[in-house]
Amino acid sequence: MNNLNVAKIQLNGNPYEINDGINLNELLNMLKIQKNKVAIEVNGEIVEKNKYTNLILNKNDKVEIVKFIGGG
Amino acid sequence: MEDVFTIANKNFNSRLIVGTGKYKSFEETANAVKASGADIVTVAVRRVNILEKNQPLLMDYLDPKSITYLPNTAGCYSSEEALRTLRLAREMGGWRMVKLEVLGDKKTLYPNMIETIKSTEILVKEGFDVMVYCTDDPIMTKKLEDVGACAIMPLGAPIGSGIGIQNKTNIALIKEQSSVPVIVDAGVGTASDATIAMELGCDGVLLNTAIAEAKNPVLMAEAMKHAVIAGRKAFKAVRMKKRQYASASSPQRNLI
Repeated sequence: MNNLNVAKIQLNGNPYEINDGINLNELLNMLKIQKNKVAIEVNGEIVEKNKYTNLILNKNDKVEIVKFIGGG
Repeated sequence: MEDVFTIANKNFNSRLIVGTGKYKSFEETANAVKASGADIVTVAVRRVNILEKNQPLLMDYLDPKSITYLPNTAGCYSSEEALRTLRLAREMGGWRMVKLEVLGDKKTLYPNMIETIKSTEILVKEGFDVMVYCTDDPIMTKKLEDVGACAIMPLGAPIGSGIGIQNKTNIALIKEQSSVPVIVDAGVGTASDATIAMELGCDGVLLNTAIAEAKNPVLMAEAMKHAVIAGRKAFKAVRMKKRQYASASSPQRNLI
């Protein structure tokens, strides 16, 4: 219905729909991800944690959210 | 006598560094790490699974405030991939000390030393403390030291092979010529392999599969802890000279 307000981004390699105009902090809240346990890249650039609120996501943005997992 | 293990001006008690991969569960990982007594654990950087919300994280089981996380670049086959991974790791929470590995071949997981040296140089300039997985070639390890690696980590044998230290002569040679810590990384299969690495004079041992793939990982973790301590003490004690023939242990005089 309200498709005008939806923007498609690439999230961790897959298409993902977000509400247009949300910032990175809001995306993390939506995904239930704690920001102190991840690192984020938007369009190939690492975003510092204190800039999440200022970073408004746009259509076609490529977002990568990574965490630590077990490894050798 | 205190025997502190220092890497990039940071002191550690244990000379055993353990990986956190290949375990059946996070509980098992945490129990094995605890039993190993390690102060440093290696971790990998991967995408968050977006579809599975509220999944448990490694950090929930191994607190990075009480154990040192050493982010790695496992799975990276180029300098670009490795640099990207470690920059992300640093952003995650200020990890400056990292393990660089740039692989050259999927079958052997042998390091690509050209890309490795290039990456080390860049990372050092960016302020990272770089511990480097590398070949057992003393010329290459010297280059790594020249470009600022804070620890040299030659393989004892291919990653995950568990066949033990294949190249004692080279490992000893590298240790002798290096002024930064030398840590055998990869190839250890059982406790005696870790002891051998330490007896050669290495400053530490890094292993993962030997514990994770043991039938009883927690017990093997404990064995590795003692193996590293035993090898270190034997090295510091300076072993006896080898002889070609017997030398009786009981006095020969006053025999009845």
